Amino acid sequence: MSTETVTGLVAVVLVTLATLLIGTWGLRFSRTTSDFFVASRSVRPALNASAIGGEYLSAASFLGVAGLVLTFGADMLWYPIGWTAGYLLLLVLVAAPLRRSGAYTLPDFAEARLGSRRVRATCSVMVVAIGWHYQLPQFHGAGLTIRAAIGAPTWVGPVIVGAVVLANVTSGGMRSITFVQAFQYWLKLTALLLPLVVLIIVWVGDGTPGSRMPADDSWSVPLASGGSEGLYLTYSLIIATFLGTMGLPHVVVRFYTNPDGRAARRTTLVVLVLLGIFYVLPPVYGALGRVYAGELAASGRSDVLVLELPRLMVPGIGGELLAGLVTAGAFAAFLSTSSGLAIAVAGVISQDVTGRSLTVLGGRRLSGVAAFRLAAVVAVLVPLTIALAVPSIGVARAVGLAFAVAASTFCPLLLLGIWWRGLTDVGAVSGMLAGGLGSGAGVMWTLLEGSATGWPVVLLEQPAAWSVPLAFAVMIVVSKVTASRVPAHTRRFMVRLHTPEALDLDRG
Amino acid sequence: MTEGPRPERVRVTGPPRRHAPRTRTGDIDDETRLGSVYLGSLLREQLRLAARTILVLVVTVGSLPLAFRVVPGLSDVTLLGIPLAWLLLGGLVYPFLVLLGWRYVRRAERNERDFADLLGEIER
Repeated sequence: MSTETVTGLVAVVLVTLATLLIGTWGLRFSRTTSDFFVASRSVRPALNASAIGGEYLSAASFLGVAGLVLTFGADMLWYPIGWTAGYLLLLVLVAAPLRRSGAYTLPDFAEARLGSRRVRATCSVMVVAIGWHYQLPQFHGAGLTIRAAIGAPTWVGPVIVGAVVLANVTSGGMRSITFVQAFQYWLKLTALLLPLVVLIIVWVGDGTPGSRMPADDSWSVPLASGGSEGLYLTYSLIIATFLGTMGLPHVVVRFYTNPDGRAARRTTLVVLVLLGIFYVLPPVYGALGRVYAGELAASGRSDVLVLELPRLMVPGIGGELLAGLVTAGAFAAFLSTSSGLAIAVAGVISQDVTGRSLTVLGGRRLSGVAAFRLAAVVAVLVPLTIALAVPSIGVARAVGLAFAVAASTFCPLLLLGIWWRGLTDVGAVSGMLAGGLGSGAGVMWTLLEGSATGWPVVLLEQPAAWSVPLAFAVMIVVSKVTASRVPAHTRRFMVRLHTPEALDLDRG
Repeated sequence: MTEGPRPERVRVTGPPRRHAPRTRTGDIDDETRLGSVYLGSLLREQLRLAARTILVLVVTVGSLPLAFRVVPGLSDVTLLGIPLAWLLLGGLVYPFLVLLGWRYVRRAERNERDFADLLGEIER
């Protein structure tokens, strides 16, 4: 076994053990169904923000951004900016009201707001679809990392991640996952920052050499190439990421663990800080890659840039140790995001399927925790099977498409549901279907077809700029037409969403 | 599968409410016209604040791609040896987002305090 394999293996084993240990430790605090689902809503802002950061910084953030910057240049900086600014929009439009709504999942919110089982069912299907789609690049990234670290076949990584996530989620639920994810934020930050400091020192020692790749003027322009089509692609990406964050199922579930609306806001603000610190780092890896790792971009393996760069720049055992640290961070990224998605999807499945329908099969309803565990198994195994069966389309791009779908479905539902009294159940379902089908067509096209040029293709490749306004328009127009269906309790619900909890008001 | 009595259904609710003497909150509870005005004013203030924050975001960060397209010379500008685009998009944008968020949280909490004062119940 070479040193290369040993450091990689040690890194993966250590992260896995730490994750399981912290999960088990958190188990001591996890006793009730409420602990399982929402950590009994008693998580303080600093811990909760670390957990949100840990959960949110996925394979795309840890590996994908640096690879994209290496290959395509400064216009890819919009990915991390969008993923951060998405939290600003979440903060100003959604955070406090969503927490105050008292619902646990997006389907809960929709049902409470609109009083309709049909809206609930639509939301549940969308949550599962987006969650599973987002899960794929995590598994693919894990496969890449394990292969780069220990030379194992690409199916090993997804299987390890799936097993660890399942063990943690089914044993401790939300409470123990909160500690795990908070730990993983700081691990990821360290794993990216420490090697980067060394790499920059090496770069300065080398006399700050410039790029060795062929000169490319468009590389430092923050705009996709191709004239007005490039401008469209850039703005569409901005819309998808700015508005998509609030619609991601694993992000939303985290807000219910805050004690109240005010804490939800403060938590989000701390998240902004944590993400801002982290996202400064990956583009620097991309830029250093232009100097030292041009061949990775040329051979289409840019996703492994972060993992390979320490070895390419620092010879000997030092480089190996740094590579081990980065591998540990990457592995933490898959574990934490996968866990968050599994919790979110399992929450929906256990409420809508295993908690209800299995009554028929088993003769009696499953208890809350048993239903959740069964749902977690489904929530992990299905995307794992898909990930092993289909090839990867690039980690950050796959995640980008999930954002586009979330922005075209749940973003309009949340914004109109929170700020507009006129929303009806029929309007909400129509709008989500229009946005979901529109952006879904784009996703399918990209997954199946890949590359081509011309406006129709550009519109499908990055659908958010038209599918988000479409969803809003359909939702508003259909709601106006069906105005008689505005739920009677709308005003009372608005009181609940927008007034501070300390006020003694009837919230329905 | 568990045996024995089914666990109690857990109802997740907000913090316990006190039973204060009837105040203007009663207007909101009874959905009077006055209560409607109170609630409407809070909603409008919060929405206006959110809109202002988003407007600042769109005008500053959101206009950058357009700026680089309209003024191609911008991509050649360097500050301290770093291209302007990288300095703005790779670094400065993040503290700016935090600043916007911080300002928003302060003002949103102030709006809520004003609303509580208006209803004659000063908390915290």
